[in-house]
Amino acid sequence: MCSIHTVIPHPLFCCCYETLNGKCLALRTNITSFSKAMSENGALPLRGKVLTLDTMNANVKKVDYAVRGPIVQRAVQIEKELKEGVKKPFEEVIKANIGDAHAMGQRPITFFRQVMALCTYPQLLDDNKFPEDAKNRARRILQSCGGNSIGAYTTSQGIDCVRHDVANYIQRRDGGIPSDPDNIYLTTGASDGIVTILKLLTTGEGRTRTGVMISIPQYPLYSASIAELGAVQINYYLNEEKCWSLDISELQRSLQAAREHCNPCVLCIINPGNPTGQVQSRQCIEDVIRFAAKENLFLMADEVYQDNVYAEGCAFHSFKKVLFEMGPEYSSKVELASFHSTSKCYMGECGFRGGYMEVMNMDPEVKAQLTKLVSVRLCPPAPGQALMDLVVNSPQPGEPSYQTFMKERTAVLSALAEKAKLTEEILNTVPGISCNPVQGAMYSFPRITLPERSINEAKAKGQAPDMFYCMKLLEETGICLVPGSGFGQREGTYHFRMTILPPTDKLKIMLNKLKEFHQKFTQQYS
Amino acid sequence: MAKEVSECTVWEIRVMKLMGTPVGDRNNWSISNYFYLQVLAACFYPALLEDDSLPLDVKQRAESLLRECDGGSVGSYTDSSGITKIKHCVSQFITRRDGGVPSSPDNIFIKSGSQTIMLKLLIHSKDSCQTGVLIPVPTYASFIIALEEQGAAIIPYHLCEEQGWTLQVEELRKALHTGRKTCNPVALYICNPGNPTGHIQSRKSIEEVIRFAAEERLFILADEVYQSCVYGDDTEFYSYKKVLSEMGSTICSTVELASFNSVSKGFMGECGLRGGYMELVNLDPAVKEYASRLFSARSCPPVVGQIALDLMADPPKPGDPSFPTFSEVGEVFAELPGISCQPLKAGFFVFPCLHFSLKAIKWAKKRQMEPDMLYCLRLLEETGLHVRPGCEYGQRKDSHHIRFVKADDFHISLFKIKDAME
Repeated sequence: MCSIHTVIPHPLFCCCYETLNGKCLALRTNITSFSKAMSENGALPLRGKVLTLDTMNANVKKVDYAVRGPIVQRAVQIEKELKEGVKKPFEEVIKANIGDAHAMGQRPITFFRQVMALCTYPQLLDDNKFPEDAKNRARRILQSCGGNSIGAYTTSQGIDCVRHDVANYIQRRDGGIPSDPDNIYLTTGASDGIVTILKLLTTGEGRTRTGVMISIPQYPLYSASIAELGAVQINYYLNEEKCWSLDISELQRSLQAAREHCNPCVLCIINPGNPTGQVQSRQCIEDVIRFAAKENLFLMADEVYQDNVYAEGCAFHSFKKVLFEMGPEYSSKVELASFHSTSKCYMGECGFRGGYMEVMNMDPEVKAQLTKLVSVRLCPPAPGQALMDLVVNSPQPGEPSYQTFMKERTAVLSALAEKAKLTEEILNTVPGISCNPVQGAMYSFPRITLPERSINEAKAKGQAPDMFYCMKLLEETGICLVPGSGFGQREGTYHFRMTILPPTDKLKIMLNKLKEFHQKFTQQYS
Repeated sequence: MAKEVSECTVWEIRVMKLMGTPVGDRNNWSISNYFYLQVLAACFYPALLEDDSLPLDVKQRAESLLRECDGGSVGSYTDSSGITKIKHCVSQFITRRDGGVPSSPDNIFIKSGSQTIMLKLLIHSKDSCQTGVLIPVPTYASFIIALEEQGAAIIPYHLCEEQGWTLQVEELRKALHTGRKTCNPVALYICNPGNPTGHIQSRKSIEEVIRFAAEERLFILADEVYQSCVYGDDTEFYSYKKVLSEMGSTICSTVELASFNSVSKGFMGECGLRGGYMELVNLDPAVKEYASRLFSARSCPPVVGQIALDLMADPPKPGDPSFPTFSEVGEVFAELPGISCQPLKAGFFVFPCLHFSLKAIKWAKKRQMEPDMLYCLRLLEETGLHVRPGCEYGQRKDSHHIRFVKADDFHISLFKIKDAME
């Protein structure tokens, strides 16, 4: 079956794909000889571009990352307009779209930044304004770096002593279950690790193409990467009525349906959840592991919010820990990759791009390929690696910086817990908005009831109804949120994701403005 | 060993002894110029801005960079293609480098690893007609892996070793012709200055390549990360963008080009910071929109790397308090007997000329070694300092050089030598 698509209405330039080799080549020969003829006459042919929407890798067109999508672009534009003095019904844009704590005024942990400064400019090691424990950490990190400098390349898998420290941290966290530094890969944020593993696992064609199971709603890095890699996205729905919990029967249903058209081999889970904020119970984690074992699925556990747990009765259980406590029947078999990062928790150091992944039970030959794959991007940023080291090797009782460190850490986490509660409370007072408890992470993902007329108007514009809502919200109040359609949701339901990161006072104002807006919007479109 | 030492001239021993500042186990060279390190440290830990010890230009630069960060913190996310002000700085750097050819910040994407994103756009990995990329032989291994990872067909073209690893268009033509039999070539990858060859394309060669790409409808990927490392009297780096801009309106407005540069190799050598950028020329605006999306799905480039890029693109100028650290090196050498050094204009290496006594030259000959090689070995043994001999890089017959990195302790040791000599 041959088809030729003309990109530019010009006899010379045709782009062809979905053609048989022969046809493809024949056309190119024509082009070449024509252009040769032209140049022999002294004139270069008018050329269409080599890289156009039609010649571009088609997978890229499916890539969508709502967190930084069109609504954010509009927000940035509005900020510019405000700076230029344009009059608006608000004075500032509140960017509650992205999980960036420092941007919202959270202070960095003093100890971490001191060590980073010492690592970068070692002359400061002679400065008595820096505490001894910070200096010792800095010296240790520098000794492990090539040329004693944080500016040098590191090995692709990451600085040795950092990987050792990460392994020790995991062991301590998981009650003594051993962790091998060889299974630790430092990454450029958790995203880098997640995409790398997906790359490694994506293979096959058509019915044998790799299927990746991901929760709906999900953090759109997953959908974007799956689209980019040309893997198949398999949605399993979290249960909104039960506080976004995970039902094994739903996993089963989605897997069965997927087996008709692809080869499911990966199960991704985000715990604590983004955007939903749910913290999985230990029982649930065991059930998921059992399911993955039975169905031969590679487990990817995104645990970047592991310190962000607020609700009473909730606790973080790492997949690794639970896996090992389930005995050798599972712990020696189930393939698992767990991810962590410096961007969230109490650190909020997104800009450092620090992270790690721990891989368990990976086939040694596949692991060798993984090591090769990470070598392509040479190495993760050294400062990010150093910061990761400090996160897993933070001040201990007795050390000079311990008290200040704990004070700062506790302040951040308790403020977040307070804001989580506040957000849930205020949003639930709004008729038409219903908000599940924010058990963990940094977001709330409330359900909004949209009037029929607004839904129709949105559809007429070619916009998702919740995008239409969020755009209006932005234009009228300056509040920037991400519509639920960017994360996935059950058909016919609408949501938005907002962060709980603005300082408490600003958050209160923001929530009240939202309340006002929703009531106004509902009235306007009723 | 001791016997060999006694055969050196008194001068040589003195220099060697005085050069012996402790460097610990520093076995990889690295750049350490105070200005950059101080700015980075102050950005990490802004309490340092209240420190009296930091020079004014350091404080001002750190403050201005922190102002561009959300919440005044280098821990915040930034725009996916990089901080706007830094992109402006980079575009100005490019314009200066290219003698005035305009550069727009909108066409600049800060990201180390931006080559992978271009490959992702260009390559269809599932096509019946596999996308091909022309690459030079030899080329560095991780780029080959990157191509394989994307599912590209690799079309090798050979560089001509006999003529100093030059690029011959005829060879390109041959390779393309062969490539067309089995795949759909869309891009031509150039590495200039070359890795690992170290060769630099002449202006004429660049023009020929651009013309070839125009005729054969190829997207040019110009890897120019070594552009600051240019040695030798007759060599000059020409950017593909500059040459393209001077080739007549048809070519300069149609040939699609992506140029890559980084802080890893050039001026600063701060590889671990992962700062780099890509400049796009003549990219279809609709495709650029998708390029932006790919960048946004990757969050943002590390802020520290972005800052390093800013410092590379806009280093201290004459008159700035931190400027003397750069030029003093040359001046100090000028005052040392037996060593002379050309004024340092660029790069991060110092390549002074050593004037050995006849005795020293004879001594080296007896050991069947180049005098500068022997000097370097003695220096390493005596002081732990690691410098490279000029014979590894090429020099005129009977002249001897050493190459070393402008590092802090050299700065100190140079002054020590100077003081001792006086």
